[in-house]
Amino acid sequence: MKTELKCHKGTGSKVQGEALVANDNFSARYDLDRIKGIFSRPAHKLVGQSYVDKILVLNTAKGGVASAWMLHEMKARGIAPKAILFNSANTILVQGAALADMTLCDRFEDGDITTLIKTGDQVVVDPELGLVSILPEA
Amino acid sequence: MKLTKEEKAMLAGEMGEPKRWAIEHMLRVGQVFDAPDLVPVSQAHMMGDTESLGGAGVEFLESLASHPEEQRHVSVPMITDPRGVDLSYYKELGQTETMAELERRTIAACEKLGILMTDTCINYQTVMPPVLGDNVAFGDTGVVIYSNSVLGARSNFEGGPSALAAGLSGRTPRYGLHLDQNRKATKRFVVRHQPVGLTDWGILGGLIGRLSGSYWEVPVVEGLQMIPTSDQLKHFGAAMASFGSTPLFHLVGITPEAQTLDDVCGDIIPDAQDITRKDLEAFQGDFGAKGDKVDVVVFAAPQLSLVEMSQVADLISGKRIHKDTSLIVCTSPGVAADCDRMGLTDRIEASGAKVLRGTCFYNQYARELGEANNWKSLLSNSAKIVNIISGYGYQPALASMEVCIDSAIAGEIV
Repeated sequence: MKTELKCHKGTGSKVQGEALVANDNFSARYDLDRIKGIFSRPAHKLVGQSYVDKILVLNTAKGGVASAWMLHEMKARGIAPKAILFNSANTILVQGAALADMTLCDRFEDGDITTLIKTGDQVVVDPELGLVSILPEA
Repeated sequence: MKLTKEEKAMLAGEMGEPKRWAIEHMLRVGQVFDAPDLVPVSQAHMMGDTESLGGAGVEFLESLASHPEEQRHVSVPMITDPRGVDLSYYKELGQTETMAELERRTIAACEKLGILMTDTCINYQTVMPPVLGDNVAFGDTGVVIYSNSVLGARSNFEGGPSALAAGLSGRTPRYGLHLDQNRKATKRFVVRHQPVGLTDWGILGGLIGRLSGSYWEVPVVEGLQMIPTSDQLKHFGAAMASFGSTPLFHLVGITPEAQTLDDVCGDIIPDAQDITRKDLEAFQGDFGAKGDKVDVVVFAAPQLSLVEMSQVADLISGKRIHKDTSLIVCTSPGVAADCDRMGLTDRIEASGAKVLRGTCFYNQYARELGEANNWKSLLSNSAKIVNIISGYGYQPALASMEVCIDSAIAGEIV
C-alpha cells in the first residue's frame, strides 16, 4: 500500500528516489566530502555512506551559510542528493535548494519524518503539493 | 506573496536580468516560509568563498556581472564574508593556482556588481554595525546571531545566493527573524558558573546552541554577573550558531530586546534549565587532552578583532613556535592593515606564526590545506572551529588563547 505524508509546500521539482535516513542533522560544510559524495564527519550517523542521487531524510539543518552555495555546486557536478527532507529546515538549505533547483520539503504533519521513512524506501517527493509518497515494495 | 509596483517591474525584467533573478529567487524562498511580502534592507553581507561557490557558483556570479552596469549594480551597500584564498600567501600554504584563479574571478565579478570586498565576518565590529530594529540581509551565522542579539537588528541566516538577491533588489522576504513573533524566547537557561575568557564564552554558547537545537528556537539566558565584551559575545554567538543553527539569543539585562525576562517571553515563560560547571567541563572534554601532539594552532572563526590581535601579540612576543607546529591567525584585511601599522603583525610573525588577511581557516579549503601541510591535529580557542573542522579530516582540540600559544611553542597541548 502506498503511504502518503503531508508536509509544508517546499521548493524544487517532483522527484522519485531511494531514501537514506538518519535521526541526525545536516550541513554540507560540516558533514560531507563533496568530492567523493559521502558523509565524512566521524560523528555523523551516515558517515561513510554515499548521498549521491538519494532522497536524504534528516532531522534539521545546522551550522553555516556555506551550504547554500554548496548545494548549487554539488548539483552542477552531478554529485548531489536528489532531494532533502527535514523535520525542520533552516533558511540556508531552503535558499540553497532554491538556487540549485533541488527538491526540499519540511514540516511533516504525521510526526518525525526520520522514523516514518526507512533507508531503502522508494519515495516520491512533490514539493508543490507538499506531499511525499512511500511506494510499496516491488 | 504581495509585491509592490516596483517589485513587479523587477520581476517582469523591466530593470534587468539580475533584479529579475533576485525577485524570482526570493519568491521561491518566501513561499516555503509563508512570507507575506518583501521587506527593505539597509545593507547586505554575502558569504562567497570559492570552496563553497565552486566553478558553478563563480560562473553564476559572472553571468550576473555580465549585464549593463545600471542593471547589475547592487541597490544597497553590500559587503563580503571571508574569502577562500589570501592571494598574498596561497602558494606558501599549498593552495593551488586553480583555487587562486577562481578567487580572482570571484573578486572581479563581485566588484562589477558593486560589492565592497571587506572579506570579513566581524563587520559588526569593524564596518557598519546595524542598529536596533534595522532589517538587514547578512550571511555568516556568527554575523547574524551577533547582529540580531547584541545589536537588535533583524536578519535571517542569508546564504550567499539570498544575500546577493537582497543586495541586488534592496529587499528580502519577510519571514523568520524579521517578524516579532519569531524573536520571543522559547528556551530558558540559567548560568550557574561564570565564563571568564573567550573560550569559556564559546563553550557556554556552544552548549546552549546544542541544547537549543534548531533555527527556530530562541534561548534566553539569565544568571550572568557581568557585562560581557564584544569579543566575548562574538565567541558566544558564533559557537551557539555553529552548534545549534541558532540565529538569536537574549541575555536578560544585557541585550537590547531583553531588559527583563518578560520583555522576550510571550504569555508562557519557558522552564529554566541550569548550566553548571560540570556541563561546561563535559562539553570541553569532547575536544582534546593534555600531552597530545599539535600540528596546527588556529586563531580564527570568527576573525580576530584588533583587541584580540594585540592579545596574541602580547602573549607571543619574543617567543618561537615549535618547528613541527604551525600557528595561523586569521583577521580581516582592515584589521590586518591596522596591525601592520601598529607593529602587531611583525610581533606575531617573528614567532614563526602567520597572519592571514581576509580568510578564515575553515572556509579556505581546509581539507586540501590539511593534506598539503600534513596537518591533522588542530588546536584552537574557537569553539566554532572545533565543531566544524572534524568533517575536513582534522582531530580538533579546544583551549584558551594562552594555552594555545604555549602549546604552539611546546608542540603539544600543555
